Amino acid sequence: MKKLIADIKASMGVYESEPVYGLLAEFADPSALLHAAEKTRKAGYRHFDVHSPFPIHGMDKAMGLGNSLVGFFTLGGGITGFALAYWLQWWTGAVAYPLNISGKPFFAIEPSIPVIFELTVLFSAFGAVAGMFALNGLPRPHNPLFYSRNFARATDDAFFLHIAASDKRFDLEETRRFLTDVGGRNIELLTEES
Amino acid sequence: MGHSTSHSAEPPLVTGNLSFHELTELVARHAEKKPPLGWYIAIGISSLLLVNLLVMIAYQVWNGVGVWGNNVPVGWGWPIVDFVFWVGIGHAGTLISAILFLFRQRWRTSINRAAEAMTIFAVMCALLFPTIHVGRIWVIYWTLPIPNQMDMWPQFKSPLLWDVFAVSSYFIVSLMFWYVGLIPDLATLRDRARSFVRQRVLGVFSMGWTGSNRHWRNYEKAYLLLAGLATPLVLSVHSVVSFDFAVSIVPGWHTTIFPPYFVAGAIFSGFAMVVTLMVIARKVYGIEDLITLNHLEKMNIIILLTGSMVGFAYITEFFIAWYSQVGYEQYAFINRATGPYAWAYWIMMSCNLLAPQVFWFKRLRRNVPLMFAISILVNIGMWFERFVITVISLHRDYLPSSWGYFSPTWVDVMTFAGSFGLFLTLFLLFLRFAPMVALSEVKGVTPQADPHFYDQESS
Repeated sequence: MKKLIADIKASMGVYESEPVYGLLAEFADPSALLHAAEKTRKAGYRHFDVHSPFPIHGMDKAMGLGNSLVGFFTLGGGITGFALAYWLQWWTGAVAYPLNISGKPFFAIEPSIPVIFELTVLFSAFGAVAGMFALNGLPRPHNPLFYSRNFARATDDAFFLHIAASDKRFDLEETRRFLTDVGGRNIELLTEES
Repeated sequence: MGHSTSHSAEPPLVTGNLSFHELTELVARHAEKKPPLGWYIAIGISSLLLVNLLVMIAYQVWNGVGVWGNNVPVGWGWPIVDFVFWVGIGHAGTLISAILFLFRQRWRTSINRAAEAMTIFAVMCALLFPTIHVGRIWVIYWTLPIPNQMDMWPQFKSPLLWDVFAVSSYFIVSLMFWYVGLIPDLATLRDRARSFVRQRVLGVFSMGWTGSNRHWRNYEKAYLLLAGLATPLVLSVHSVVSFDFAVSIVPGWHTTIFPPYFVAGAIFSGFAMVVTLMVIARKVYGIEDLITLNHLEKMNIIILLTGSMVGFAYITEFFIAWYSQVGYEQYAFINRATGPYAWAYWIMMSCNLLAPQVFWFKRLRRNVPLMFAISILVNIGMWFERFVITVISLHRDYLPSSWGYFSPTWVDVMTFAGSFGLFLTLFLLFLRFAPMVALSEVKGVTPQADPHFYDQESS
């Protein structure tokens, strides 16, 4: 159970390792980062992540990440919205307060379509956004990466690769050498409250 | 957010060959430094209009809807004209964000942020009018399915109620779409922030975003799904607005052409408003490299297309009125073109159908002062379109004994002017405090963002 939680957290980029959090290396451009990520995966590392100011095409494959699960949350939201809208219009119109207007049926599918449609879309969107936040482990106000001086540029023009200390293959000296070999610069040791 | 697999030498979408850092500087500094003098003047004027709006709402709520020009045949008058006008403008943002995203029109990245902001503010202005128009603003919550002591529920068979659901769903989804798009850029601002308060505030709103690829993966999927959801939504919203008219039996309203015709008109007016605002903003903020003439030209092509569609719909309505052989329907249209409001009809026709036709010429659609003038004309024309549909159809329906004439009062005029105050104040605050261009997306469409760019360089 503990391992499962740790794995789920690692998939969000949240690693449980104290006091050493991991090693952070900077790369020159998106291409260098892409190739470094591929080599990191091939070297057997699993608890690693890359940080870039924009999504890099082909990175999911290089890191060995499958399809995102956001779609299932969206589908769940859509089904909820559909069911809610259908039930709401049927129950208020035909059960809670039936009102005879020109002999029209208390509930019919045709005039109910617009509201069913709108609520399906609305709840699907809720599902997509909430699912995205949940799968990303956001909001996350505390992140040891923020202790790095260098890292602020990850949202501007710098490209980083981070290997977490929680990875089974992580070894301070060996991983540092590995990061230098794949072209990393400004290699930094990240610790909690450094 | 690029997805093309091969690197091709297509013309760059942003000019000036800027590096990633220069792009950040170009956009982010406007949210950080003191705004130019023009901004203070603009917000001074717009806040005066906003105060005027608040006074007008207070005056109207205190005295009742009688202070408006609405009378017995014309029960809808200016408030509904203004509502449809604003909600129409509110369609361009989501169209640019969602539909152009699905069609992989990557040029949208330079304008989508501002257009989405414009959408949200326009929908706020739109929601204002029916809310006051119901007459008893303090019971507006009756339109929502909230359990109450009367044990009564909204009437779901009414198009007006569909409208409540459509416009409010649209508002919420647009707001989420906009905010999700903002998160990476707010993180950029957070990482540049110097002061403690600024770091904290941006830290909260950027949710701890680090540009992690594990996050980008879910983020891009969510963005794609939101685009896929917003596309049918944006088409449905103005269709539902048109049901308010089309489901009734008033001649001139009871037509099946209304939903597509309203949607085309909404896109038309929204794009015109985007051009109006962008022409000013790119000049004032010096971001001509991001919002290039090519962007404006593409917008003008869409204005030409949708303007012609709307014009075609105007002509189709006449044909159908004749073809239906229904006397009332025929009279409704003859009355539009030749009756007491013929001036409004011809303003609409010349602004919406004729004016955009100049964009057939490449030189004219790349002419900034001209496109600005045309965009203003289109905004005016589209307001008159809603006036034509609402007021002209209502003022003479079936029995001549129930005909009438509508004139607005000063309260109508001042409230409408005030809604521009609300819109412009919010838009100016957006320009001041938020990144006005979607930075992470613009970086993503530059040639150097594609990993294959470096293969070519080294070979």
